[in-house]
Amino acid sequence: MSGVPTRPNPTRGASGRPVHSGYERLATGLGFFSIGLGLAELLATRPLCRTLGLEGRENLVRAYGARELATGVAILMSHDPTPWIYGRVGGDALDLATMATAFDGDEGQKTNMMLAAVAVAGVTALDIACATGLTADKRLSPPGTYDYSDRSGFPRSPRAMTGAAADFDTPSDFRVPDPLRPWQDGRPAAGTSLATDASTP
Amino acid sequence: MKALVWHGTTDIRCDSVPDPEIEDGRDAIIKVTSCAICGSDLHLYDHFMPGMKSGDIMGHETMGEVVEVGRDNKALKVGDRIVVPFTITCGQCDQCRRGNFSVCERSNRNKALGDTAFGHTTAGLFGYTHLTGGYAGGQAEYLRVPMADSTHIKVPTGIPDEKLLFLSDIFPTGWQGAVQCDIQPTDTVVNWGCGPVGQMAIRSAILLGAKRVIAIDRVPERLAMAEAGGAEVINYDEEPNIVGRLNDMTDGKGPEKCIDSVGLEAHAAGAIDAVYDRAKQAMMLETDRVHVLRQMIMVCRPAGVLSIPGVYGGIADKFPIGALMNKGLTVRTGQTHVNRWSGDLLRRIEEGQIDPSFVITHTVGLEDGPAMYRTFRDKQDGCIKVVIRP
Repeated sequence: MSGVPTRPNPTRGASGRPVHSGYERLATGLGFFSIGLGLAELLATRPLCRTLGLEGRENLVRAYGARELATGVAILMSHDPTPWIYGRVGGDALDLATMATAFDGDEGQKTNMMLAAVAVAGVTALDIACATGLTADKRLSPPGTYDYSDRSGFPRSPRAMTGAAADFDTPSDFRVPDPLRPWQDGRPAAGTSLATDASTP
Repeated sequence: MKALVWHGTTDIRCDSVPDPEIEDGRDAIIKVTSCAICGSDLHLYDHFMPGMKSGDIMGHETMGEVVEVGRDNKALKVGDRIVVPFTITCGQCDQCRRGNFSVCERSNRNKALGDTAFGHTTAGLFGYTHLTGGYAGGQAEYLRVPMADSTHIKVPTGIPDEKLLFLSDIFPTGWQGAVQCDIQPTDTVVNWGCGPVGQMAIRSAILLGAKRVIAIDRVPERLAMAEAGGAEVINYDEEPNIVGRLNDMTDGKGPEKCIDSVGLEAHAAGAIDAVYDRAKQAMMLETDRVHVLRQMIMVCRPAGVLSIPGVYGGIADKFPIGALMNKGLTVRTGQTHVNRWSGDLLRRIEEGQIDPSFVITHTVGLEDGPAMYRTFRDKQDGCIKVVIRP
């Protein structure tokens, strides 16, 4: 009989406790980073564009700032940040593509843009690591990893226990009306009023 | 005392909080010996259920020893061993006298909120939002039990906590889920969701004599446990066309009885309606994802029964009311009337007909509770049921 579990609880950690990765904490950090970057892009658009040689694209940078801000808030507010982190990866690609089209400023601006591109590439790597890590955290175990085949809860086989609670009298308020009860062998099941009616000459 | 305290979305902490005190003559205080994390606690953890406040103590599956009794409580005495039903019941109102304990008219001290949310108030619940009274929960070292003279199940010594604890919720909930089906020996019963309530519903359907029980989930170990309990299993990751498969298994007629042991966080990889639900829920345009209910309505045999022990909280969309109406389906649902079944189920445990402890996969202390919420939510580490020993 399956009683109080007789074998150790399945665990992954040597301590006997479940082990969680740090990707959720990383996601939280990326959420705050996203909000900070978004605010910078929204509130310091002109100096930022001047530094990176993006003059004339202020509205685009503001739009990216709004995107960063919204994504950051979503990461921090959501019960599952995974889709929003993947959203950040897409945003990173957009940022890098935009930067690639803007290497036409003066030498100072080119250097700044190069540094910014390297920074974005670094954050992109973090975003990808975080997204794949969070996904892996939620991946189900392959069949057979945990053997619960002995956990029936019954003293005998389920087949032998079928109907063991036949002594239970279903309360009248939970009974299905006779016309809706299943038929048996093409006739109303025994014990229903329909069966009684059917047998009446 | 130590307790698991809700601070926000996915933010539960083991905090030091003031010990509970007797507030009313019918109260009792228990020293918690065992408590558990319920699947419906995850709706609070993920903050899909409205009405939580930072500082609320979690937990509604609790048992322990009475350490203090209010002056008007003649039903309990210090030293009694009790399991605490998750529904708080006055035992005196019209609904309680009819056995409809989960819709007790007096135990929700935030009745106005309940009236607003549901039209009429339902019973107060432990640790389950301010819509149901805002009562402190039992994932703690001590618990105040309001209306304790009627809100308790006395249990004998000599039986371990693990066998009795689930009388508080999941065993009677699974049982009521099956009883609501009025199972006949000719019935095929399909249960969606093989979490703890689903596991109990499967065993209950077997005990009540179903011809055939089919269980649906995607987590391998949950399916394995369902199979151990006597169910044929379907992994919906491998068989996305659940309606077609069930029709094939029932000669095209569909199952007579369907049980929803999933509730408002239903999901299905790749199903268009499930994606739609996720998007609407994320935009706060609906609260409940009803993918399972849609499948149940569509596949259930005409004149069949839908039983819904899974928890729903608010508003759903794209609900196939036409199929429900035209097929003449009977719908039975509701929070569990625990005290209605507890005496019978306690006897079945004592007689050895069933041992509900089969479902326990993790036993931890309170300090590990917050981490176990996430493990349970993410179905990691083979986790199906977490018991906490404060």
